[in-house]
Amino acid sequence: MDRVTNILMAGVGGQGVILASEIVSEAVMRAGFDVKKSEVHGMAQRGGSVTTHVRFGEKVYSPLIKDGEVDILFSFELLETVRYLGTLREGAALVVNDQKILPPSVTLGRDAYPGDIAGMLRARYARFELIDAPAVARQAGNARAVNVAFVGALSRHFDIPEGTWHAAIEAMLPPKLVEVNLKAFALGRETQR
Amino acid sequence: MKVLLSGNEAFARGAWEAGVSVAAAYPGTPSTEILENIVQYKDIYAEWSPNEKVALEVALGSAIAGGRALACMKHVGVNVAADPLFTASYTGVGAGLVIITADDPEMHSSQNEQDNRNYARFAKIPMLEPADSQEAKDFVRLAFELSERFDTPVFIRSTTRVSHAKSIVELREPEKRPAPDDIARNFEKFVMLPRNARMRHPVVEQRLRDLAAFADTFEHNELITQETDIGIIASGTAYQYARESYPGKSFLKLSMAYPLPEKKIREFAARVKKLYVFEELDPFYEDQIRAMGITVTGKDVFPVCGEFSPATASAGISGKRPEPPAPLLDHLPARPPNMCPGCPHRGIFHILKTMKLFVSGDIGCYTLAALPPVSAMHTCICMGASVSGAMGMDKALRGNNLGKAVAVIGDSTFVHSGITGLLDIAYNQGACTVIILDNRITAMTGRQEHPGTGFTLMGKPAKQLNYETLCRALGIDHIRTVNPYDLEQVRSAIEEEVNRPEASVILAQAPCVLHRREFRQSGPALRVDTQACIGCRACLQIGCPALEWHPGEGAKGAAFINGLCTGCAVCAQVCKKSAIKPGK
Repeated sequence: MDRVTNILMAGVGGQGVILASEIVSEAVMRAGFDVKKSEVHGMAQRGGSVTTHVRFGEKVYSPLIKDGEVDILFSFELLETVRYLGTLREGAALVVNDQKILPPSVTLGRDAYPGDIAGMLRARYARFELIDAPAVARQAGNARAVNVAFVGALSRHFDIPEGTWHAAIEAMLPPKLVEVNLKAFALGRETQR
Repeated sequence: MKVLLSGNEAFARGAWEAGVSVAAAYPGTPSTEILENIVQYKDIYAEWSPNEKVALEVALGSAIAGGRALACMKHVGVNVAADPLFTASYTGVGAGLVIITADDPEMHSSQNEQDNRNYARFAKIPMLEPADSQEAKDFVRLAFELSERFDTPVFIRSTTRVSHAKSIVELREPEKRPAPDDIARNFEKFVMLPRNARMRHPVVEQRLRDLAAFADTFEHNELITQETDIGIIASGTAYQYARESYPGKSFLKLSMAYPLPEKKIREFAARVKKLYVFEELDPFYEDQIRAMGITVTGKDVFPVCGEFSPATASAGISGKRPEPPAPLLDHLPARPPNMCPGCPHRGIFHILKTMKLFVSGDIGCYTLAALPPVSAMHTCICMGASVSGAMGMDKALRGNNLGKAVAVIGDSTFVHSGITGLLDIAYNQGACTVIILDNRITAMTGRQEHPGTGFTLMGKPAKQLNYETLCRALGIDHIRTVNPYDLEQVRSAIEEEVNRPEASVILAQAPCVLHRREFRQSGPALRVDTQACIGCRACLQIGCPALEWHPGEGAKGAAFINGLCTGCAVCAQVCKKSAIKPGK
């Protein structure tokens, strides 16, 4: 693979976006690619929007994705998906978790959460997948494994052996959580698109 | 072995590989994780110092005694450490001394975006600038070698995109260095009396010339000659962005930000038709290269403000900016940061707002209280400025001072830089009230220990600062402790103290809701009685993420409490109709 693959991960603080990006980066490194990932910690994290850039390929220079060059938008939250549509390249894939987290202006009644985001996205983007990751995680036996279940759905986009993903999950999680997360990953990898 | 490390993890690993003996820092984004990661290497003594000045002095002491030492800080931390820095440049070192400054272009979590490359030139010491995690690790060892070879403290400059980006790193085995058995004395070198300092200054100037000559031979100042119509001089992540956008063009990658390799720059300039300097923030290289008499394009096409991105290089060089696609929706609700549900700061700021006091603020999670809907902080300058700033306000108001203003500062910030300001208030008789928000942790940067927490960075139980004894010793006669969740107690304490014509301290004590050791006894989660709720929305003004507005409930809509509620009951005390009650 000559060209660098650009994944933009988006979500809300507390959804496990960073851990998901760690697992993906670890897996692609184990699969033999150069990889860089970048995010911002600190003030920006206190319940706000979270994004992580993951880039892999033969040789990666920049830790950030150029606007207009995102290949896959991997979004943990519907509204956050819309925030980053401007970064996509023509023909990009959207892998979107079917979950809403209300921002403060909405919970305070000063703003409305946009209706039918999934429908609008499906109409505009040919490569759109809506994944009910919370349901997959519950099915796996731990509602907190949402992020790993969701990574399972993302993993189908890459030609990386399933065993490599398992090794990455084992490397990134405490031993007692590995089994349930491997199950969540496997179910996510098989889930309906 | 190859592993994926962040820049900060790589700095820590590099310190271990270089046989560092002592590492000291005060937490600050984006530098914090360096020391947090150093603790895993048990042969390094590592500490959270009360502030960056202390951290650098501890490190310098270790270097004088013969133990390699590292001090880490965010960019503004170097301002605090500048005093020892400039004189350490004159004394030089014993064993190596390296200072990592982590700059924050774009101010993701900072109050200014100063470019600390300027400090290298100002203090006349060399600076290395890594562009990824491999270099972050390797440059720590190189910096120690330079430090000892040229007898100088050495800066390593990181930025958010180096510190918080992960890339692949090849590890090495650590260097074993025996601990020194005594301290060598050297009057001329380490006692900076004017007569000795006058002798040291020419040594510093000669060292700079020697370092400049070294820079020309330094292999990491790399000339990459490809197509020569365009040549780009860059360092750090700016180099990565430019290389990404122009993979076929020629580059001079600077890994030493100061002093510059003049011969290499001249050679590069002669090879290429059009020369660009692509540097984030200040025209630091550009000004120096122009002074060499070389024609260069830089800040006339690239921005001074804000952080660069991969698109910045092509936008500046081609003059073309890609049109963003039409937005899917015209308006998107923002998702700003917020204080946590159950945060002990929330009630204090609610009361300050209702009392309409001017709040001289400071740096920490509580700075979020400056934002709506709370909007109860009116200054935020630098660590500790709340306290000394309140003193100036008090004196400016002369006879009209009482009941107007209050200073609010967190525990870690108070320890860092609030104590001397409070001493000034006591000594010079300011009628100021200082509220110390003691949540027993450095919360904003991710819950680090400090002298008021009772534990050290290395996890050992420690002497715990007693604020009351300290304040009394400084000369403050009126000190009282309040429970920040008891709004009436908070209100009456502030009311009484701000109207007192003498200095006072209010200690608001309750652990951070994210504290790992200390847990507050809180009540059960609360609910809104929709029969009693009149829809006045007063509770929503405290900005708690657990409170929602449900327009369909009750006659005029009603508040609703979601699953994030910790039972802190601040909202219940704000509700005039007693509509917020315990339980489901």
